[in-house]
Amino acid sequence: MTPAAPPARTEGPTPLFGAYGIVKRFGDFTANDGVDLEIRAGEIHALLGENGAGKSTLMKILYGLLEPTEGVVTHRGDVVRLANPEAARALGIGMVFQHFSLCENLTVAENIALVMPKGLNGRTLKERIGAVGAAYGLHLDPDRPVWSLSAGERQRIEIIRCLLQDPRLVILDEPTSVLTPGEAELLFTVLERLRDEGRALLYISHRLDEVRRLCARATILRGGRVVGACDPRAETARSLAAMMVGVQVGEVKPPSGVPAGPERLVLSGLALPAPGLHGTALDGVSLSVRGGEIVGIAGIAGNGQAELFDALSGEALAPEPGMVRFDRVDSGRLGITARRRNGAAFVPEERNGHGAAPALSLSDNAILSRHATAGLSRFGVLRRAAAKALARAVIDAFDVRKAGPDPAAGTLSGGNLQKYLMGREILAEPGILVVNQPTWGVDALAAAHIRQALLDLAARGAAVLVISQDLDELFAIAGRIAVLHDGTLSPAVPAADTTRETLGLLMGGAAPPVAVTPDLTRENLARESAHAH
Amino acid sequence: MSLDILSMVLVTIIAAATPLMIASLGELVVERAGVLNLGVEGMMVLGAATGFAVAVETGSTLAGAAAGAGAGLALAALFGILTVGLSANQVASGLAMTILGLGLSGLVGAAYVGLKRAPAPHLNVPGLTDLPGIGRLLFGQDGFVYFAFALVAGVWWFLWRTRAGLTLRAIGDDHTATHALGLKVRKVRFRAVLFGGACAGLAGAYLSLAYTPFWAPAMTAGRGWIALALVVFASWRPLRVLAGAMLFGGATVLQLHAQAAGLGLPGQALSALPYLATILALVLLSLGRRQGGSLAPAALGRDFTPHR
Repeated sequence: MTPAAPPARTEGPTPLFGAYGIVKRFGDFTANDGVDLEIRAGEIHALLGENGAGKSTLMKILYGLLEPTEGVVTHRGDVVRLANPEAARALGIGMVFQHFSLCENLTVAENIALVMPKGLNGRTLKERIGAVGAAYGLHLDPDRPVWSLSAGERQRIEIIRCLLQDPRLVILDEPTSVLTPGEAELLFTVLERLRDEGRALLYISHRLDEVRRLCARATILRGGRVVGACDPRAETARSLAAMMVGVQVGEVKPPSGVPAGPERLVLSGLALPAPGLHGTALDGVSLSVRGGEIVGIAGIAGNGQAELFDALSGEALAPEPGMVRFDRVDSGRLGITARRRNGAAFVPEERNGHGAAPALSLSDNAILSRHATAGLSRFGVLRRAAAKALARAVIDAFDVRKAGPDPAAGTLSGGNLQKYLMGREILAEPGILVVNQPTWGVDALAAAHIRQALLDLAARGAAVLVISQDLDELFAIAGRIAVLHDGTLSPAVPAADTTRETLGLLMGGAAPPVAVTPDLTRENLARESAHAH
Repeated sequence: MSLDILSMVLVTIIAAATPLMIASLGELVVERAGVLNLGVEGMMVLGAATGFAVAVETGSTLAGAAAGAGAGLALAALFGILTVGLSANQVASGLAMTILGLGLSGLVGAAYVGLKRAPAPHLNVPGLTDLPGIGRLLFGQDGFVYFAFALVAGVWWFLWRTRAGLTLRAIGDDHTATHALGLKVRKVRFRAVLFGGACAGLAGAYLSLAYTPFWAPAMTAGRGWIALALVVFASWRPLRVLAGAMLFGGATVLQLHAQAAGLGLPGQALSALPYLATILALVLLSLGRRQGGSLAPAALGRDFTPHR
């Protein structure tokens, strides 16, 4: 690695890279509308904006994946044409993708070789991977297939792939969204070092605390236009969020005290074999959620969240009776509709295709989950008017923004669809609500709305279980938090008695998960039930 | 003399295995790139008809073989335009190609039904070919057979030892990721489809120029489908295609011999052997599968439309 970077220059007439008057239209939709952006060597520049603000489009233009309809990109003041990613890489632009651009069934070295200059032999490449890894503290075994690696390790591949090309500009798209706090720390160290080497970094994130820590300049996009630039260190997370959405984001009210409701959702030693090739087996998961409280389950994706959700919703049946109880009813072997009829409701992680059928209208989607609990059919015949009325009620109560009276679910933005799906379940006034990743990929305003709705539901006496990767979210709404790691669940502890660091360790599996030993689980349950009396 | 009998049996097995090998290797490359071509049977039978017709007209086996490959390639080009270019459904398009190929081959070959011509010349090295036992086996085959074996080595080398092969495997594994890296997903897939079609056409030409050697309508008799099954049986690895083709070829020959010997087993049961072997192999493969990852190219059969 020979970083022949130019001398760091924080101010100057010609930025390293510039984008001027960028317009990008897809049909009659304008994703970028006259965007200007200047990136200087030796800075970490933040690009902020809600979902749909045009960040991804701008980033893809800079990496040569999209060509702008109008506008120019410059490199050291000269206009350049980035016709494809190869051209961008030749100018020294590298990219770390959010949804990693890695082939699961290829090895680390093969994935890196895909973008290296032709004629590089395998052994030399492996040596260079080792050398860069050692220089930046990013260790990787080049012969491991990608499917066997964690999200953090996968990101290391992307970063090393970038660094091997000695980039002038590194674009990072939501780089910490899948990392544990510990992994994120390591990433920040690497990023700061790259900046000090005189490289430019474009950092895209909606985690404002990170942006305030790393970045000296920020450009804020809203609706495809630049609406502001600032020094994030001089702002608060709230003021940044306000600039992103254009209005002040209300803070959710913190959860109120320890609830004294009855146990409504009880898991006792829930064990399930891994459902498939990439699945995770659940191993002795025990938990109880009382009416009136929100319990959060933290953990990195792929540690059994989807499997736990399926076992709760009824998409996977418990192997033995007594493992899942809803309101004292043994529900582990009941179907989804039976569970819903008993007052439970579920919102899965994947909106399109799991929570909603994208091609169906909103009212049809209301029928999909509420047919049994809202009287939407009579003698097997649909009551369309009732379904439309229900959809309208959800839309009004949750401020769902949409085009047309009853559009297809797939036409809504992620945040609005999620509000609709949450509203669809919450308006049923469920006694038990299980939500997986309630605000994944949802903008700040919608996220605040959804979190408040969850808190209000719990305040009305429901037991709410929230599975989330976002620790900030869990600390904001959950009374107690447990950590799911590799299919085992740690005991739920009061959010006030734990820290991000402790949870981070548990998420990475560093501390021994306490809940795996059966006697401790029983002890834990005994303590919890003693607490109730 | 038992060595000579064994050698003779092996020669017939190889003859039966050759078209399967050539067509399977082509389809293997196509599927490694992420495209499922169910039109192999149609490309094969069109290759057989065109190959025979051109060979009769020109008197050259080589020209016939080239024409057979060209016919397969032409039909594959149509398949490629539909599925890779226009993102049409691969299963439906593939089936359409098979039906179209069967129909076209009847048209092309109509004037040639019942004609006979000498089979493709066999290698004849004085001294070596006459060696007892292994002589015919090693030094007395026709050009198609040597080509098929070279193709196994060639495809293996291409997929696992070249940059282009790595790119092709990566595209078959995840077209979204490779597109994001700037790799030419559709270009690579289209070329793979052309290669697969040419191989299928050549395999068909082998049937009408060397194996039988005459043209009869629908003479491929389902070998294109066996070639497709063989790719799965071989879990998308070229060397296993070689082994699988021998096994399938062996089952075909065994069935002929068993019928000739008047064995009690019905011929249909023996004809089913290769398929039963495929099912068994699939079961064994999925039982002994690894912890993660997948055997099949992960993007197989999924169409890809870049938005730009």
